[in-house]
Amino acid sequence: MAYVLLRHREIPDLHKIDVYKKNGGLAAFKNAVTKMTPAEVIDVVKNSGLRGRGGAGFSTGMKWSFIDAKSWPHYIVANADESEPGTFKDREIMESNPLQFLEGLAIGAYAVGAHTAYIYLRGEFWQVADILDAKIAEMEKAGYLGDNLFGTDFSLRIYTHLGAGAYICGEETALLESLEGKRGQPRVRPPFPPSVGLYNKPTIINNVETFTNVPMILANGADWYKSMGTADSAGVKIFSLSGRVRRPGNYELPFGTTFRELIYGEKYGAGVQDSRTVKAIMPAGASSSMIVVNGDDKVLDTPMDYASVRTLRAELGSASVIVLDDTVNINWVINKTIRFFKHESCGKCTPCREGTFWMNKIVQRVSGEDRTQKDLDLLMSVAKQMQGRCLCALGDFSTMAVTTGMERFPEDFQVKQ
Amino acid sequence: MSLEKTYPKEVKQILAKYPPEGKRSAVMPLLFLAQREEGYITKAAIEDIAQLLDITTTEIDAVITFYTLYHQEKAGKYRVQVCNDLPCALRGADKFLEDLCENLAIKVGETTPDGAITLEAVACLAACNNAPMFQTQGPDGIKYYENMTVAKTMDVIQTLKHAGKEAE
Ligand SMILES: Cc1cc2nc3c(=O)[nH]c(=O)nc-3n(C[C@H](O)[C@H](O)[C@H](O)COP(=O)(O)O)c2cc1C
Ligand code: SF4
Ligand code: FES
Repeated sequence: MAYVLLRHREIPDLHKIDVYKKNGGLAAFKNAVTKMTPAEVIDVVKNSGLRGRGGAGFSTGMKWSFIDAKSWPHYIVANADESEPGTFKDREIMESNPLQFLEGLAIGAYAVGAHTAYIYLRGEFWQVADILDAKIAEMEKAGYLGDNLFGTDFSLRIYTHLGAGAYICGEETALLESLEGKRGQPRVRPPFPPSVGLYNKPTIINNVETFTNVPMILANGADWYKSMGTADSAGVKIFSLSGRVRRPGNYELPFGTTFRELIYGEKYGAGVQDSRTVKAIMPAGASSSMIVVNGDDKVLDTPMDYASVRTLRAELGSASVIVLDDTVNINWVINKTIRFFKHESCGKCTPCREGTFWMNKIVQRVSGEDRTQKDLDLLMSVAKQMQGRCLCALGDFSTMAVTTGMERFPEDFQVKQ
Repeated sequence: MSLEKTYPKEVKQILAKYPPEGKRSAVMPLLFLAQREEGYITKAAIEDIAQLLDITTTEIDAVITFYTLYHQEKAGKYRVQVCNDLPCALRGADKFLEDLCENLAIKVGETTPDGAITLEAVACLAACNNAPMFQTQGPDGIKYYENMTVAKTMDVIQTLKHAGKEAE
């Protein structure tokens, strides 16, 4: 199968604008602006079944159609915060196939009537921002960005904006606060960004990978896209595979590919390090529920799509698949994840601020061999009390590995008699 | 100090990115600019930015303290920030960091006696497939170093120490 997103792996120098154009690049954008109405563009994207790749999996075409047409100007923002532990796909796209991402963002801008687009990059992506700035300049020079594009009244400028180290800024309303020059703390919703977003104007926010699908969908049609993947999860996905596998990396595969193929396929993970067995899978980075594997064939043969992963009592999220083998102790794992979330809690709401603080304290004791039943019960109860009570999803995320880890791997939390 | 005097081109470019009603958006890029020379943000720079953007120094303080890449205290010329988050730790990052401490004879959070390097442990940097890895934060911005060994890292540090001296 030819690549849809990681096309630079097949086409050398795809980041160069002449090479990109020779391979069909920028034609979809020009065609959309000169021959299609915004509503027609949205329809194609809606019909393709494309769902947001930032984690929530919401229909992209649907989101675009929510843009408030009564309030102007409109903004479009690419979420390039990529800070979920285990996620490194947007970085590869932006470094190696930047023009396809920028073209997708430009098509999105046209579809929602935005003349200004921002790319919000995590602060650590300085080198990526430099690449994008250079590509944006090239597109301007070639007449694909600027005023009155292709002789129409559509104008578009794209700007990069660097964050400064805060996982929470990947949450879309915290991102908007940060982009406005404030502390990155989530907003209370509703209103949602398509009505009240950046500078209080209607704003569409999508993940980098989501945008990168769009030029190919417009070029090849919604049916072509839907022919890949599953009924519930159309198309292809980049799986960021990390942890105890032989070949960690980004692998673009149709939705519905099994965990086994990703982890054991010779072209992909190529098996577990030191030929150990898979103990657990975290399919959505540090925010995952733990999937129990312990060598169970049925679990390994589960297709990776939104619906099937749910049957394993987990979420696919951003498909950042962390593989834990049988040498890994789950109490060590939750120690790591809680430390991360305690550090990243923005402090705006009490359950998350206090909860992550206490979980981090208790988990230190729980990781040691002299843990007590009281500590275990306390940790579980703090986590459970947080669930459903936090202002944004980070609060719940911080508890997932804790509750599922303790419930599903009791052998790693035994109390010495 | 005045950012507009020291970096006229950069300041103009930054301000041009945002609409008049969104002028405040420039605060984060301007803070990076203010931090470029010394590696930390001075009180004077905060006042300067406050004036430029018509916001209070308290508001800027609130921004600075929220984000981990802004610093208000002097550290080594370069910060070497090793990722030891879960995916990297599954591929030896904890051990790598420990060995690095030993080689540099400092603990995490400390600076080498010559003031060149401050060693830090940080959260996931979106390079989990290339562990062990670290980024450097210094006068030339932020750079990634991936698939590292302690020996390779010590080489990088030597080079940084040289670069730091030459820049002086
Ligand atoms: C704590 C938290 C962190 C998030 N981090 C990211 C991120 O780094 N990148 C991203 O695209 N979405 C992230 N999201 C999801 C965004 O809020 C939002 O749903 C997404 O950007 C929408 O784009 P999509 O529809 O294309 O997925 C995060 C959400 C939460 C709650
Ligand atoms: S849940 Fe946590 S991260 Fe989200 S708003 Fe509350 S304190 Fe901030
Ligand atoms: S865990 Fe280290 S880069 Fe992701």
